[in-house]
Amino acid sequence: MVKLPAGLSMLDRKLLRDLWEMKGQSIAIAAVIAAGAAMFVTYLSNFDSLRRTRAIYYETARFADVFAALKRAPSSLEARFAAIPGVEVVAARVVADVTLDVPGMTDPATGRLISLPERDRPPLNDLYLRRGRWIDPTRPDEVLASEMFCEAHGFNPGDRVAAIINGRRRWLTIVGIALSPEYVFAIRPGELIPDKRRFGIFWMNRRALASAFDMEGGFNDVSLRLARGASEPEVIAALDRLIEPYGGRGSIPRSLQLSAWTLENELTQLQTFGFITPLIFFGVAAFVLNVALARALALQRPQIAALKALGYSNGELAWHYIKWGLTIAGAGALVGIAVGAWLGSGLIGLYNEFYRFPILSYHLSSGVAIASLAISLAVAALGAQSAVRNAVRIPPAEAMRPEPPALYRRSVLERPGRHFRLTLVTRMIVRNLERQPVRTAVSVIGIAFAVAVLFVGLAFIDVMDDLIDQQFVVTMRQDATVSFVEPRSPEAAFAVEHLPGVMEMEPMRTVPVRLRAGHRSRTLAITGLPADPQLNRVIDRRRGAVSLPPEGLVLSKLLAEILDIAPGQSLQVEVLEGNRPVREVPIASLVDDTMGLQAYMQIDALRRLMREGRVITAAAVTLDPAAMDRFNATVKTIPAVAGVALRDAALQNFRETMAASMNMQIFFNVLFAGVIAFGVVYNSARVSLSERARELASLRVLGFTRAEISMILLGELAILTISALPLGALIGYLLGELIMGVFKNEVYRLSFTVTPATTAWSFLVVITAALISGLAVRRRLDRLDLVAVLKTRE
Amino acid sequence: MGEVRVEALRGIDFDLFGGEFVVLLGPSGSGKSTLLNILGGLDIPTSGEVIYKDHNLTTAGEAALTDYRRTHVGFVFQFYNLIPSLTARENVALVTELVERPMTAEEALAMVGLDHRLDHFPAQLSGGEQQRVAIARAIAKRPDVLLCDEPTGALDITTGVVVLDALQRVNQSLGTATVVITHNAAIAAMADRVVRLADGRVAGIDRNSVKAAVSELQW
Repeated sequence: MVKLPAGLSMLDRKLLRDLWEMKGQSIAIAAVIAAGAAMFVTYLSNFDSLRRTRAIYYETARFADVFAALKRAPSSLEARFAAIPGVEVVAARVVADVTLDVPGMTDPATGRLISLPERDRPPLNDLYLRRGRWIDPTRPDEVLASEMFCEAHGFNPGDRVAAIINGRRRWLTIVGIALSPEYVFAIRPGELIPDKRRFGIFWMNRRALASAFDMEGGFNDVSLRLARGASEPEVIAALDRLIEPYGGRGSIPRSLQLSAWTLENELTQLQTFGFITPLIFFGVAAFVLNVALARALALQRPQIAALKALGYSNGELAWHYIKWGLTIAGAGALVGIAVGAWLGSGLIGLYNEFYRFPILSYHLSSGVAIASLAISLAVAALGAQSAVRNAVRIPPAEAMRPEPPALYRRSVLERPGRHFRLTLVTRMIVRNLERQPVRTAVSVIGIAFAVAVLFVGLAFIDVMDDLIDQQFVVTMRQDATVSFVEPRSPEAAFAVEHLPGVMEMEPMRTVPVRLRAGHRSRTLAITGLPADPQLNRVIDRRRGAVSLPPEGLVLSKLLAEILDIAPGQSLQVEVLEGNRPVREVPIASLVDDTMGLQAYMQIDALRRLMREGRVITAAAVTLDPAAMDRFNATVKTIPAVAGVALRDAALQNFRETMAASMNMQIFFNVLFAGVIAFGVVYNSARVSLSERARELASLRVLGFTRAEISMILLGELAILTISALPLGALIGYLLGELIMGVFKNEVYRLSFTVTPATTAWSFLVVITAALISGLAVRRRLDRLDLVAVLKTRE
Repeated sequence: MGEVRVEALRGIDFDLFGGEFVVLLGPSGSGKSTLLNILGGLDIPTSGEVIYKDHNLTTAGEAALTDYRRTHVGFVFQFYNLIPSLTARENVALVTELVERPMTAEEALAMVGLDHRLDHFPAQLSGGEQQRVAIARAIAKRPDVLLCDEPTGALDITTGVVVLDALQRVNQSLGTATVVITHNAAIAAMADRVVRLADGRVAGIDRNSVKAAVSELQW
């Protein structure tokens, strides 16, 4: 026995020794709670760390509040921006996308060139210089380059990269490596995840950039910082009016700025995920604790009676037994917090891969730690309370009498008319399960939960595969998408079609617009596609490929929800380029798609809306694999081409990055689910053993062999486990649907899909857990001290 | 199967005086245990009254009964009912923590001759020793009433004698009113009064003019 400190009350001594006595079970339950707490801490501490880091970074880097792009405006307009009420700081810039020719890389990359003021730092969206030095204003070829791109290519200050500017190759010298609050998540518009190798951001001298793009004395990008209390919608409306004559593309608040929006979506998801999943684990923990405690208390019946007779009150005893739960939960939570902190600091490393902050350090706030401890304790108290209430309610006089022999009947299988010939052992198993239907059900449900959590954890692998399949196989059938700097005439399509290796070509027309429905609005691009696109398809998660109607818009379901609009109603479409028509366009249908917020139209309908001819902005193509290199080499040199997105590259990039982060989360989930599965099954087995030790020992004395009495217990466990499997799959499916409903965000939606292999794996793990638990119990049975068991009255 | 109503006790009228040693004698099913439970505040009779000094236990609520048990009653059970996870000393301390002027666990155990087995767990003690720990646990709070349910029922003669001796010594040295229920008529000789129960009624009350010493008992 453990030495206990003096000064501990007798009931507390009893508590600790009882817990020690049932340490296998205590550890199993604590492990389940630890898993919940660890998940909670892992996700929420990351959420917390990211949010803090983001707040500090946005503040210190003077991240702007409102952003707008336009075609070209004279510098004199800047003073009028500053005069808008509520505007504190104005930063006007020149921004241009170019094709890059990176040494050693055959396929083209996109470079975004952003101007830096002649002197001083940028007034808004300031850069953090990670390495190297600031550019020398007298040297037009010097640039600062984004960190991720430099990392991907191994660039260091002093290295050079070529940009194709107006059809001419121009060498840029990297003198420093920088980070910007605008590109924490550096992503090309229209893509899902950052492509480190193919998207680089370069900051260069304004004069040099302006002269290359014919922007001298002007600008094409503006960001504003608002005064505290200024009305964002009013400033946006005023800014829009000012930039409209200059080809304004619609101003957006910070919340819709691409990097900020993606980061926010990720944070929201991390928070919900960090809450929902542990909640399920905690729910299971409460259930297991309840079952374990109810049975442990049944065994303590005589002790409860004696304590009551000695004068302990119901309150004191209830608190004593509640403390059982609290002690286990507290210990579990502490382990969970430690494990969560460790895993959390690992996960933050993963975020560092995608989200670039000057410093993203892991911080486990006391709030998160205390919350997880508090939730664990609350869960334990909740799980314990009904078991304790029932136990303590027993009148002491009744508890003094030995429990009457349990009432057994012939089981269903043995009723007259049924011709099963059951062995004695089988009869004992079946009668015992049937005698206590509630307890049997509770055990089955407990094990089913273990199956369910594993099932959900593993199903995420299928869900990710499904997402990849939806996006890169079902939706995207093109090998590459070639996009143009500006809307182009049909000759551009012809030129693309005749690039080396191009087999099929499908035109695309994207038009930047602002969609308005009442007071709700969203700035995005309408994608014009053929009626039945063959390459860049529109896919509904249930209906499959969707045809575009001759008139009207087809919106992502989520976009319709955001705009609160339904098919049949009309949207106001404000076009943000050309002569900027404003039209009412009906919603033809919705599409329950997987990624982003999309608005589609048939390309001809879109052109009619724009009152234009056969204009295209991009082309989807399929390529002859043998001619890939020639295609890449040629496409880079076409001045009109702003960028080329290769499907295989995107897919590979997706797998490497997105899948890496998801895999880590999946690994956590499966690990924790495994802990739960084992905890639940082991606990069930141990409880049955302690309940029936006396009975089994009596049988041994009567001459039953070890194998025979093991069969009674293990047979029971086997029946419980097998009945729990299908139920667990069902519960898992429902939980999965629930989680997927929560997982919905503007960046992507997941569908809950499960392969038979996943189901089989979750079954297999639980069966293995049952086998190991069975063996552990079997070992205890073999060591059953017959004399001791029979001598004491329990 | 419907519920069958069983009347355990009928028309019992019975007084217990301070300091006396009473043996309740009767065969199995005579209602001894029910009477003891009622006296100890573990149970409430369906009709009639139980008065302890100025407290009416019949009308007392759960809290009042707990308080009565806590401050005035010591219980000794047939099957000892020691807490298996606590040592002899700790089992006694379980009770001394509840009341105001208890004896120490060591004193109580010394009174039953177990001062050499303080730190043994119940599983390491013989049946008689366990019962003596139970007696020590019952007397440590200096109760006014000591109620013993078949204290020797699970013990052999030699061990039973040691346990009864302990009870008698406690009764004499502390003046605790002691009720021992038993079906063993031999024990009756050591009592001040013997109450015979049969079929839930008091069949007779005898007063022993001379109390036998425990060593003189024969069964």
